[in-house]
Amino acid sequence: MTDAASTVLLRGGTVVDEHGERRADVLVHGTAIADVGSGLDAPAGSRVLDAGGCLVAPGLVDLHAHLRQPGAEEAETVETGSRAAARGGYTAVLAMPNTDPPVDSAAVASEVLALGRGALCRVAVAGAITVGRAGEHLAPMAELSALGVRLFTDDGAGVQDPEVMRRAFEYARGLGVTLAQHCEVSDLSAGGAMHEGAWSSRLGVPGVPAEAEELMVARDIALARMTGGRAHFLHLSTARSLDMVAAAKSEGLAVTAEVTPHHLSLTDAELAGYDPLYKVSPPLRSPEDVSALRQGCVTGVVDAIATDHAPHPPEAKETTLQEAAPGMLGLETSLAVSLGALTDGTGMALVDVVGLLSWRPARVAGLHDQGGPLAAGAAANICVIDPGERWEVTPARLASRSRNTPWAGKTLTGKVRHTLFRGEAVVVDGEAQR
Amino acid sequence: MSGAPADGGRHLLSVSDLGSEGIEEVLRVADAFVEVARRPIPKVPALRGRTVVTLFAEESTRTRLSFETAARRLSADVMSFSMAGSSAKKGESLRDTVETVTAMGVDALVVRHPCAGAAHQVARWVDAAVVNAGDGWHEHPTQALLDCYTIRQVLAERAGRDPASVGMECFDGLRVAIVGDIRHSRVARSGIWALAALGARVTLVAPGSLLPTSLQGWPVERTASDLDTVLPEVDVCYLLRLQLERGVGAHLPSLREYTAGYGLTARRAGLLAEDALVMHPGPMNRGVEIADEVADLPRSVVLRQVANGVAVRMAVLFLLLGAGVGADVGALVGEGE
Repeated sequence: MTDAASTVLLRGGTVVDEHGERRADVLVHGTAIADVGSGLDAPAGSRVLDAGGCLVAPGLVDLHAHLRQPGAEEAETVETGSRAAARGGYTAVLAMPNTDPPVDSAAVASEVLALGRGALCRVAVAGAITVGRAGEHLAPMAELSALGVRLFTDDGAGVQDPEVMRRAFEYARGLGVTLAQHCEVSDLSAGGAMHEGAWSSRLGVPGVPAEAEELMVARDIALARMTGGRAHFLHLSTARSLDMVAAAKSEGLAVTAEVTPHHLSLTDAELAGYDPLYKVSPPLRSPEDVSALRQGCVTGVVDAIATDHAPHPPEAKETTLQEAAPGMLGLETSLAVSLGALTDGTGMALVDVVGLLSWRPARVAGLHDQGGPLAAGAAANICVIDPGERWEVTPARLASRSRNTPWAGKTLTGKVRHTLFRGEAVVVDGEAQR
Repeated sequence: MSGAPADGGRHLLSVSDLGSEGIEEVLRVADAFVEVARRPIPKVPALRGRTVVTLFAEESTRTRLSFETAARRLSADVMSFSMAGSSAKKGESLRDTVETVTAMGVDALVVRHPCAGAAHQVARWVDAAVVNAGDGWHEHPTQALLDCYTIRQVLAERAGRDPASVGMECFDGLRVAIVGDIRHSRVARSGIWALAALGARVTLVAPGSLLPTSLQGWPVERTASDLDTVLPEVDVCYLLRLQLERGVGAHLPSLREYTAGYGLTARRAGLLAEDALVMHPGPMNRGVEIADEVADLPRSVVLRQVANGVAVRMAVLFLLLGAGVGADVGALVGEGE
């Protein structure tokens, strides 16, 4: 556990935060940053971590992680998920509420928060919008909000009934919390296992049309306008969804949007071999959609890259594409995949990509100790990134309890070297320290 | 766009695995097995000592019977495994089920499953040869092969020739209309690619709600919604089964309206050219996609399709398990028991 007196010097790196880039060392004392400057001396008894050739950035913040606890501990636990997060450079994750039982009561929220207290990163909790995520009765949002829950979602499914969603927005507005929607009109997506298009037609796989997402994005923008509520759109996957979000933003509505690393990097063509590892919800879309999502990151319409880290045990994937559970791991590969898609794919500056992974999601989630900037007095939540390191993804070496990554055996560029969480070096040279 | 990658000829998952040469090979070998079927004891020792398992996760009588008959006529040992519905529901993964079955010692697995790609998944997990006997809406390769075989057989007979002497040129420019529920049809997804690979010109006729969302990359000459204008111009009218048991009715206002627009009624059959063939993969919904009196007309070759199914499936099993492509089938079938 954190030794309050410990001192760590991150030496030789380039500090990046929302104020820009500069060559500087970062001295951490206890749980806070003590100094940022060039050529800092290592105080006696301090630990020096090499950051040469690296970016020293605020810790990454994930708005969308399925930690599976309580209820599906065979897939992931708060402990294993937070270790995976730390290895991925994250110092905060927002745990999704579609657990069993779901986070629709103060009791379950408290349980997850308690499990997160000893974790390797901050574990914030999202609450359900409706009781049992059944889409019928509002969950006790005030009670959950009193525990610090700032974001509510029935993720895994969208709230189908527009009247229920309207009431949720109205109620949430008074609490100052955000409603995050998994946009999917289930009548249009029922039975679908991949993006509906040329590939699904040829492969004979029931499809999920882009419109299943877009209709709910359109509806929720209308409801946000009607109620003055704050809307966050989870894992948007289509070009037209982003167009609608861009229009809503220019209208001044309080909407934000996230995309996942996999929707920025993979298309529905990956499903040609029927491999369930590529089954996610929403599904991998067309090359045109991928390109539009990347552009949305460049233009700023996208507020955050979120992993939708969705661990599953082998038996949930060792079946047919249609029967397999949707979802893939994300926490340990997110940074590298995002850098590949955006710095190589669009020429985006590293600092802007890191912003999408760190300070911008921190703001969406209202996590004030996260996302920097890196300055004396700030909480020492830091990740040190070697943007040029090439590494092969080896499932057996992942910290996650599950292995369902489509990147297995592939070589990615960009790796987290060290992660400091509240001043504690939880990851050193790529290895979790506990 | 092509289907899933071929697997070195070890499995038959999609007709795209075969290509036109592979299809020709199957038809050529099937010629020999059609001859075997006419013998007093229609059995050859080609696969003696080999084990073929039919692994069916979906109701099927004719396809299963056809494969099992084919395997027995090749002297293979045959085992049947029925998975009642989805294996996931029993708490066992499909992989566990398949590995359990193959642990008993299996040379070929014939897989029928309600989900697309099931046979592809099974092929990843086992050493045995995998034959796709129908996977969801995706493909039913042996149906396409037996349909091609039947077309060639009938055209040869009409020309007064031995089918074995007729090559694939009989498909060149052959005009085929495939009528009905293309969207949910594995028969169509195999048949279209097989027929087009051999040079046929394919027209799809269906109401919009029964066409696939996208036909990008499909080797289809055109789509039409007016069956009456198509019928006089085709050599083969292939009617698909309306799968009412799977809720396809929700895609249509009513069966009456479907039959009025797309059923091969006696009046419509009269629009066909004199020598046009009427085909159907069975089982037929008489009075829906095909009228009773049309189903029994001589131009309807539905029962021939069934009969040829056994020989074609013998050919597929023989090519996958026997001496492989290029084998001297004549020598093997010559040693009848």
